Amino acid sequence: MSELSRLKISEARDALRKGEVTSVELTEACLAEIEGGGALNAFVHDTPDLALEQAKAADTRKNGGSLNGIPLGIKDLFCTKGVASQAASKILDGFRPEYESTVSQNLLDAGAVMLGKLNMDEFAMGSSNETSIYGDAVNPWKVDDRALTPGGSSGGSAAAVAADLCLGATGTDTGGSIRQPAAFTGITGIKPTYGRCSRWGIVAFASSLDQAGPMTKDVRDAAIMLQAMCGHDPKDSTSADLPVPDFEAMLTGDIKGKTIGIPREYHMEGMPDEIEALWAEGRRMLQDAGARLVDISLPHTKYALPTYYVIAPAEASSNLARYDGVRFGHRAKLGQGDGITEMYEKTRAEGFGQEVKRRVMVGTYVLSAGFYDAYYNRARKVRALIKRDFEEAFAQGVDAILTPATPSAAFGLGEMAEADPVAMYLNDVFTVTVNLAGLPGISVPAGLNSRGLPLGLQLIGRPWEEGDLLNTAYALEQAAGFVAKPGRWW
Amino acid sequence: MSIDTETARKVAHLARIRVEEEELPALAGEFNAILGFIEQLQEVDVEGVEPMTSVTPQRLKRREDVVTDGDQQDKVLANAPDAREGFFAVPKVVE
Repeated sequence: MSELSRLKISEARDALRKGEVTSVELTEACLAEIEGGGALNAFVHDTPDLALEQAKAADTRKNGGSLNGIPLGIKDLFCTKGVASQAASKILDGFRPEYESTVSQNLLDAGAVMLGKLNMDEFAMGSSNETSIYGDAVNPWKVDDRALTPGGSSGGSAAAVAADLCLGATGTDTGGSIRQPAAFTGITGIKPTYGRCSRWGIVAFASSLDQAGPMTKDVRDAAIMLQAMCGHDPKDSTSADLPVPDFEAMLTGDIKGKTIGIPREYHMEGMPDEIEALWAEGRRMLQDAGARLVDISLPHTKYALPTYYVIAPAEASSNLARYDGVRFGHRAKLGQGDGITEMYEKTRAEGFGQEVKRRVMVGTYVLSAGFYDAYYNRARKVRALIKRDFEEAFAQGVDAILTPATPSAAFGLGEMAEADPVAMYLNDVFTVTVNLAGLPGISVPAGLNSRGLPLGLQLIGRPWEEGDLLNTAYALEQAAGFVAKPGRWW
Repeated sequence: MSIDTETARKVAHLARIRVEEEELPALAGEFNAILGFIEQLQEVDVEGVEPMTSVTPQRLKRREDVVTDGDQQDKVLANAPDAREGFFAVPKVVE
C-alpha cells in the first residue's frame, strides 16, 4: 500500500507546496493502486497517460490553482473531452465527447489531475451500482465472504476514495447518489444547493434534481474540492450567479449557539436499532459541541419517495429521448424493411438496461395524456409542500437538520435481485427530500455498526449556506473521530 | 388504477422501446408495483398549492440574441453511428 495515495487532498496540497512530493509521484502512486484495485471495479476507463501528462504540467506550473497536482477520479456521468463518457450505459458505447463538462473543466483549471472514469449505476439510476454495463463496483469494506455494494449511483467514486485509489472523486446526486454511497463506504460526500454546480456536460437524468458534488476522505477535502467545482456558468441557465465563499476558511469547528433540528418524521417504522442509536449519538455530539437541539416536524416526509418516483422518471423519459441511435452511441442493426421507428425501438431496447427502461416507461406513463394531472402535476404540488416544510423549519431559526444518511449499512451485492423495485428505492428515504427541496446535504461517517461496517449521518443546510453546513459537519466529524479504514483484501 | 398488458404495450411504444410480447405481462406487473407506491400521493391535500416549476426562486437570465457558437460540423458528427457527406444518416423516413 502506497502511503501517498492515502493522503487527503489537504495533506497532499500542503506537501506539494512545500516541495516534499511531486504531482508525478502522487499520480504514479494512485495509478499503481488503481492497477492493483481491479477487484473493486471502481475505475472503468483508465487514463494513465493523460494523468501523467497533467501531473508533469502541474509540477512545472508556478502559482497553480487550489488543486494543483491533485489526482482525482471522475464519475463516468461527466463528459470528458476525448475520453470515453458513457454513463455506464451500452447506449453510449464508444461515445467520446468533443467537449469537457464545466465541473470537470473547473477542476482541471484548478490544476487537478484526472486518473480516469469511475463506475456508477446506468444513467445514475440505482442505489447499489448493480445496473452498470461495466458490472458491479465492490465496496472495499468486507466483514464476511459476501461482496458488499458500495451504494449508488456514485458507487465507483465511493469505492475508489474509500480504498485510496485516488485522493478524491466527483459524484452526482439526484436522490441520494453522493450521500448514500459515502455513508456505505465511510467517506464524506456533499450535494450542494441546486444551482451551485453547473450541470453543463453532465449526462442528464432528472434536470430539476441533479447536482454534482465531491466525495472525499474528510470534510476539509470536501470544502476544498467543492470550492473548485462550483460557480456560475452561462451554459447552464439554472446555475446560480452568486459568489462562492471560501468554504475551507469557514471550518472553525465552532457551532456554539447553532440550532439543530431533529425531524420527528425521520423515525421510520422498522428502522434498525443501530441506526436509531447512531442518530442519538450524533445528537449528543452536536449538543456537547454547544449546539441547541430542537424537535421539528417535516410533515410531508412520507410523500417524498413517491413524489420522487413520479418527477425523476418523468424528467428522465424526456432527457433520455435523445438516445435514438442517430447522433451518438449505439445503433441497433436493422432488418430488411425496418424504418426509423424500428431503428428507435430496437436501439433503445438493446442500449438501455432494465432499470433505465422501467423508469423511462414509468415517466412516459405519468406524462401521458389523461395522467399528467393525476400524477405529474400532483407530484409537483406535493414537492412544493415538501419544500415548504423545510422553509418553515428554517424560519423557526433552525440552522441545520440532523438525520441518518441511510436506513441500513451496506448490503450484499445481489441480495436485492429478487426484491420489488420499490424495496431498492427505500435506500433513498432520508436523502431524497433534500433533492426535492433543492437544499445542500452532507453525509459524514459517524461510526461502525456491530459488524464493523461504516454508518453515516446526514446534515441538511439552508439554501446557499454550504459553508455553514460544512462547518457543522466539521464539528460532527471532530466529535465522531471516525478514522477506520477497510482492511485490504483486493 | 391497474395497468394491463395492452397499456404496457402502448407505453412501451410511446417510449420507443421494443418490448417482446411475452415480456409485457411482467412489465405490467412492475408498473403496477411502482404506481401502487405512487398512489399514496392521492391522499395529500394539495388544494390551492401551485405546482413547483423551479426549486430555487431565480429568474432565467437573458442574453443578446446573437450567434455564440457553431461552425463545427465535424465535431457534431464525430460520434454519429452513421454520418455521410456532412449529415446524420437514418433509414428512409418519407416514402
